[in-house]
Amino acid sequence: MTEIPEHLRKRAEAAKAKAQGEAAPSAGDAAPAAAASGDDKIPSHLLDRGTAAADQPAPSAGSAGGGLAAPAGSSGPDGHNQRLLTVVKSGSIQDTKATPQDKVHVWPHLLLAEFLAALAVTLFTLLFSIFVNAPLLELADFNKTPNPSKAPWYFLGLQELLTMFHPMVAGVTIPGIGLIVLVMAPYMDKNPSKRPEDRKFAISLMTVHLMFWSVLVMIGSFFRGPGFNFIFPWNSGLFFEL
Amino acid sequence: MADDKKPAGQALQEQLGQLTEQVQGSQAWSSIFRPGSIFRKGYNDSPRNRSYVIMNSVLYHLHPVKVKRHAVKVSYTLCLGGLSFFLFILLTVTGIFLMFFYRPTAAQAWDDIQTLQTAVGFGLLVRNMHRWAAHLMVLSVFLHMARVFYHGAYKPPREFNWVIGVMLLQFTLLLSFTGYLLPWDQLALWAVTVGTNMMGFTPVFGEQVRFVLLGGVEIGTDTLLRWYTLHVLMLPFVVVIFMAIHFWRVRKDGGISGPL
Repeated sequence: MTEIPEHLRKRAEAAKAKAQGEAAPSAGDAAPAAAASGDDKIPSHLLDRGTAAADQPAPSAGSAGGGLAAPAGSSGPDGHNQRLLTVVKSGSIQDTKATPQDKVHVWPHLLLAEFLAALAVTLFTLLFSIFVNAPLLELADFNKTPNPSKAPWYFLGLQELLTMFHPMVAGVTIPGIGLIVLVMAPYMDKNPSKRPEDRKFAISLMTVHLMFWSVLVMIGSFFRGPGFNFIFPWNSGLFFEL
Repeated sequence: MADDKKPAGQALQEQLGQLTEQVQGSQAWSSIFRPGSIFRKGYNDSPRNRSYVIMNSVLYHLHPVKVKRHAVKVSYTLCLGGLSFFLFILLTVTGIFLMFFYRPTAAQAWDDIQTLQTAVGFGLLVRNMHRWAAHLMVLSVFLHMARVFYHGAYKPPREFNWVIGVMLLQFTLLLSFTGYLLPWDQLALWAVTVGTNMMGFTPVFGEQVRFVLLGGVEIGTDTLLRWYTLHVLMLPFVVVIFMAIHFWRVRKDGGISGPL
């Protein structure tokens, strides 16, 4: 056992003696105070100090932080100048969520699934790449415009729109609005429910949106031939490169 | 002769047996072939070790140690988000390979691809993989978005992650589109011509945007360098940042969205 240093032991003894001495006189005050406010558990001597501080005239009218740098004269018992500002009951700020959740370990339950999925995709890409070559047409030539000229497949919906509307509308307004609505979806859809039966409108709207682009992309990809005219691929062949 | 042969064979067998014992008893052998040897202190299956697998790995640490039971259901996510990320990695790896053999100038680009396909070992295969994985990634990101929408997973507290996700979809399209020009063949040139003509219709600054992207009024060797830099450096850089925020928010928002 290590010995308690002399000065610390002395301080502790002095504090203990002081506490015992204080307990006796304040006992009389504590009883009525406790009775007045049923579940109040604030020790009465703290309350006393609070009222005492409030009664004292402010050190200087201008200084808002005067309480922090209180002069020695206005310090509380024992030279301390802490002051009780408020008592916060534990329940109000410590919001404990004790409801247990059904959880599983990521290893092996999730990592195994991820690994297998990654493996499957790698295998698929590898096999597909062995059997199907990426297109490499002849060298780019500014003087030979292929007919039809098509954008990459994911932009063929836009190109399809260009055949129907003014470029401003097809290239900017419609995709712009579509994109803004898509980004803003969580801020516009205020329905808190995630159940499909409660979100019939949102689901139908999104389905129409997705179908709109999918159908346009399909038409642009497979049903447009020379001059970007409408064709049937089974009659005129395929004008589509990935 | 037969008598001589038998002991010689036996001696050889004994020697072989000794050698096997020595090798298998050696520290190198047992540290390589010990089950779970990739973990410094071995691996046996316990809840504690299952946690350590995640906690002690910088890569797996993307995941929490535990997730909600329904979150591991493949039928819920179809792995689409994870696969998009995986395809991004696959594209990075194959893309780095392609960078070794490619110069982004109008005079050399097409020839480099041609050479890559005909004279470089696995060149054709890796280029094919890069191309197909890119199309697959556009598809998987798109499907991931649809999946998230139909599950209502964009609702609070995940609204902002949805915004990040839509950004990522656009960056994916841009990545794919900038890569489209690089082979410098007829397909690339005219697809990009059509695509950038559409960009020119943007009001107010459409022409400027087009000029900046093309590095001139027409597609040329400057465009190729510009799109190459965008494709291999700038867009991946931005995408990685957005992905980091995306994944971080998935965890901060309490994992993937709950069962319906």
